[in-house]
Amino acid sequence: MTLWPAGNYWAHFGVFAAIIIAFVLLMVMAFIWFERRAFGPFQLRWGPNRAGPFGFFQPIADAIKVLLKEDIVPAAADKLVHWLAPVVVFLPALLIFAVIPFYKGHGLVPDLNIGILYVVAISTMSMVGVFMAGWASNNKYSLLGGMRAIAQMVSYEIPLVISIIGVVLLSGSLSMYAIVGSQDIPFFLVTPLGFLIFLLSAMAEINRGPFDLLEADSEIVAGFHTEYSGMKFAMFYLAEYGHALAMSAIAATLFLGGWRGPGDAYAAIGVMWFLVKVFFIFFLLIWMRVTFPRLRVDQLMGFGWKFLFPLALINLFIVAAEVVYWGDITWWMVLVNFGAAGVLILVWSRLFKLGGGRVEIEA
Amino acid sequence: MKLKLDRYGLGLVKGMGVTLRHFFRRPITTRYPERKLTPSKRFRGYTLVWDRDRCTGCATCAKSCLQGNIEIVTSKGTENNYVVEKFELDSGRCIFCGLCVESCPFEALFLGLEYERSAYRREELVLSKEQLRLVPGMQRSGYAYPKIAASLPQQDLLLEGKTGAKER
Repeated sequence: MTLWPAGNYWAHFGVFAAIIIAFVLLMVMAFIWFERRAFGPFQLRWGPNRAGPFGFFQPIADAIKVLLKEDIVPAAADKLVHWLAPVVVFLPALLIFAVIPFYKGHGLVPDLNIGILYVVAISTMSMVGVFMAGWASNNKYSLLGGMRAIAQMVSYEIPLVISIIGVVLLSGSLSMYAIVGSQDIPFFLVTPLGFLIFLLSAMAEINRGPFDLLEADSEIVAGFHTEYSGMKFAMFYLAEYGHALAMSAIAATLFLGGWRGPGDAYAAIGVMWFLVKVFFIFFLLIWMRVTFPRLRVDQLMGFGWKFLFPLALINLFIVAAEVVYWGDITWWMVLVNFGAAGVLILVWSRLFKLGGGRVEIEA
Repeated sequence: MKLKLDRYGLGLVKGMGVTLRHFFRRPITTRYPERKLTPSKRFRGYTLVWDRDRCTGCATCAKSCLQGNIEIVTSKGTENNYVVEKFELDSGRCIFCGLCVESCPFEALFLGLEYERSAYRREELVLSKEQLRLVPGMQRSGYAYPKIAASLPQQDLLLEGKTGAKER
């Protein structure tokens, strides 16, 4: 690990904590702009184009607007928990960036030896905040949203972690820095199925795209943040994109090779590669969100448990066997894994049945 | 045997393809204040255009108005004619049915092409004869007047490739 203001841990932590907070806030703004701007062409319209060039200042205008709004707390709400929930939701998104290596050894603690374990542990925390918000609002729709969030998180955490274990097996380390270092062939080529499973379960984990059941407008108003307004709502909004940013950064680090790319000897180009990959992953998320309709609850559970979970397990076994057989990451692995991914997806989509949403009760 | 790929998640990939094609298409919406579409030739725009020189003050328009919206006051002129002293239209109550335009026996009343007529107060929507008068630069709609319609530009349609709206 390179200490940037050399020699002093506290200076390093102080400087990088400030950098990370600034980075997350700026990137969240950029993500909000990017998503709204990308949604436009997808729906044959222009997207925000009023505030500044290409509508670039739209998130700033939104932020100012939301800051000036009244903060309404329901009379029967649990005031403390209601107040605390947005912070609890947003904080993990910030904490994840402690172990993300932006460039080589540069980051808060990029070579933490349990880096990815830390990420998995921290990212789950935000669901506690979501449930706190749902419960403290004293609103049935909020509570339903919170319950859905927990159910979804429990289901999709498993394929997510198993697909991460595949990467850990390949690189032989839990440290994010070492994982990037071992990606002479990017891991999305080595384990295409793992990448796909990670992406899908990450989408479910951050409640985006077709998996945004916990804020399904047509069913439960706005889910857990129905009763939130003003700055607290802005925190949830921030957290939503903060988690999207965190998951994009993790996916870029684990599967696309982080800062690595042509010309990464220079720090600026390395960081640029990292950001390009983050935006690429986020574009994939936007693309899927704009394409697919929202899943039903039973479809969501079925997809998680019957499709992603077994495929993640089988993929893990295949990767483990390959690591034992070849001992090193080779192009043979890429070939075999692409074949295996194709066959597995075909076979499993034939086996995958939902039961048509019917619940049969035996007499 | 033809391999059927319907139930193997191919629909998802196809759907992604459709949205990606949309992404690279030209948006069909227009950026309104900068770009304005040409309305229909027979557009019943939110104002009337009144030709002072042709109007004889017969008040046929006022009689044909369903709302009783046109207020016309005339006085006797010197050359065996009527002088229109007051010609007022409450465009806040007008339904732009065009009956007054159709009924005018002297082709002195037309519908306008303008559509940006919003105001902060209802009183501002009451248009006096100075505001309604046909002056150079005021456009007349071709409603009930095919000759005017023939001279107007083609309407912009929001179809692919037909968004010929000019930057103004």
